[in-house]
Amino acid sequence: MTVQSKADFQLSAARARRTARIHLALRQGITYFLCLTLGLIFMAPFFWAFFSALKDPFEIFEFPPRLFPSVWRWGNFVEIWVRVPFAKWTVNTLLVCILSLIGQVSTATLVAYGFSRFRFPGREKLFLLVLSTMMLPFQVTLIPLYLMYRAINWLDTLKPLIVPNYFGGGAFYIFLIRQFLMTVPRDLDEAAKIDGAGSFRILWQVILPLIKPALLTVTIFSFMSNWNNFLGPLFFLNDPEKFTLSLGLRYFQGLPTSGEPKQHLLMAASITMTIPVLILFFFTQRYFVQGIITTGIKM
Amino acid sequence: MKLLRKPLKMSTLEAISGYLYISPWVIGFLIFTLIPFVASFLLSFMDYAIATPPRWAGLSNFKRAFFQDSLFWHSLKLTITYVMYSVPTGIVGSLLLAVLLNQPIHGNTIFRTLFFLPTLTPVVAATLLWKWLLHPEVGLVNTLLWRYLHISGPGWLSDPNWALPSIVVISLWGSVGGGRMLIFLAALQGVPRELYEAAEIDGAGGFQKFWYVTVPMVTPAIFFNLVIGIIGSFSVFTISYVGTDGGPMYATWFYMLHLVSQALRYFNMGYASALAWILFMILLVFTYLQVRLSRHWVYYAGGV
Repeated sequence: MTVQSKADFQLSAARARRTARIHLALRQGITYFLCLTLGLIFMAPFFWAFFSALKDPFEIFEFPPRLFPSVWRWGNFVEIWVRVPFAKWTVNTLLVCILSLIGQVSTATLVAYGFSRFRFPGREKLFLLVLSTMMLPFQVTLIPLYLMYRAINWLDTLKPLIVPNYFGGGAFYIFLIRQFLMTVPRDLDEAAKIDGAGSFRILWQVILPLIKPALLTVTIFSFMSNWNNFLGPLFFLNDPEKFTLSLGLRYFQGLPTSGEPKQHLLMAASITMTIPVLILFFFTQRYFVQGIITTGIKM
Repeated sequence: MKLLRKPLKMSTLEAISGYLYISPWVIGFLIFTLIPFVASFLLSFMDYAIATPPRWAGLSNFKRAFFQDSLFWHSLKLTITYVMYSVPTGIVGSLLLAVLLNQPIHGNTIFRTLFFLPTLTPVVAATLLWKWLLHPEVGLVNTLLWRYLHISGPGWLSDPNWALPSIVVISLWGSVGGGRMLIFLAALQGVPRELYEAAEIDGAGGFQKFWYVTVPMVTPAIFFNLVIGIIGSFSVFTISYVGTDGGPMYATWFYMLHLVSQALRYFNMGYASALAWILFMILLVFTYLQVRLSRHWVYYAGGV
């Protein structure tokens, strides 16, 4: 009786293990299938654009369209630099991105340091004010800013896209760095203070090395949002020579074409514009993902 | 005496340093936020077309928006329709994607990167990519529809009936695997294992576990994404500005397009400011309502 039930038990346990294994395999199979299918759908626009970018200007409008170009015209990726001031736009965009980045990272760090390491009257209320500016939609201030830049002759220069970033760099970045600073123990500052270091030296030599991940996160976010910015350049820039890539691309699209279609060049330009962001992402992936998650959850 | 006064001096010194460190933000806040904020409020009660000095106009800008400008109502309705399509599909899509990527399979970080790539693409570039993909005759979508299903697809962005859904699709492609999904993924990883085990003992299946355990546990993330998503969707601009220029036949003439065209095409700075303030008020009401309603459906595991 006992022997019988024991064997039964072993048998059913083995069966349960097997069904569990099958279940797991099935589940993994379905997951892989869904991931691959969705991945293909998500990547399709890139492939289509990439192969279109390499086609002959007339082949691209052939019906029915083919996926691969009959002749791979890598020269299309060179032609965009000749046909439109693509180089100028790239330089402008890089200038805006790099100068803004320096301003945002440095001043956001200073402000966050001020909010997290010093006691002063009204600190909590002021920090609340910083946070509340995140809720203010940019549309509300856009028009007066436009009028202000117009009055001081800053329109058609890159200044409106750069200079405001030197004033704290935006609430989101201050918040992000402050959150990170709160996790850095104060003992280290105290020790440096006893050694006679001033507050700026403590920031520079003790704290900065410890908050590198936060600074990198801000760096990536800042670069990407400035690279991507469209509404700002649309309002503040008028002369095609002064355009950034986002605005230039839209301008290129609107240019009247005489004779030869330019769809292949538009695709080449779109891809070229995306590549720097992808490169940056691949080198900083870890911080990027971490940054989104921590800020998203703590808010 | 001197000894007694010293600590006080130290704290004053500390306060001065603190103010000095935050001074860039204070100055920036005054110049780039507070003054424009007040100016925008005042401008919304003025007529100002740049060429002539501003003139007080009372409530006429608001009257114009509510009673004379049919495009105002059109663009507002259109934008709300867009929000109602794009926000729920975006949240459900990102949540399902996060559940998928939370499965223990090899290479899920590779898939995560794959779904993330579209969100890295600059919006202008993404829109041009999709415009080409959705080309009526030689686009990939219509080619595939014809080859495999023998359906002749619509003109998508050039068809008034399909332009809005097309823009929803473009925005979903560019957002569903992004920050929103990562936040869900982090929330999913925070759900305690024991809850699933308890549910299994009670005989819950896969869907029941998702609906009765996962969803309630990630409601804080859903709430966060909902608030941010609605604010973002109300400001939809670039995709339609680049993809359709508000057309065809105003089918994608969103609120922000109306505002920008009033400002940059007609230089109606007063009217455009009024439009900005109306949108601001709508967003405030929406956000307030959501915070109020959240008490009934958002579950904080920590207990409040």
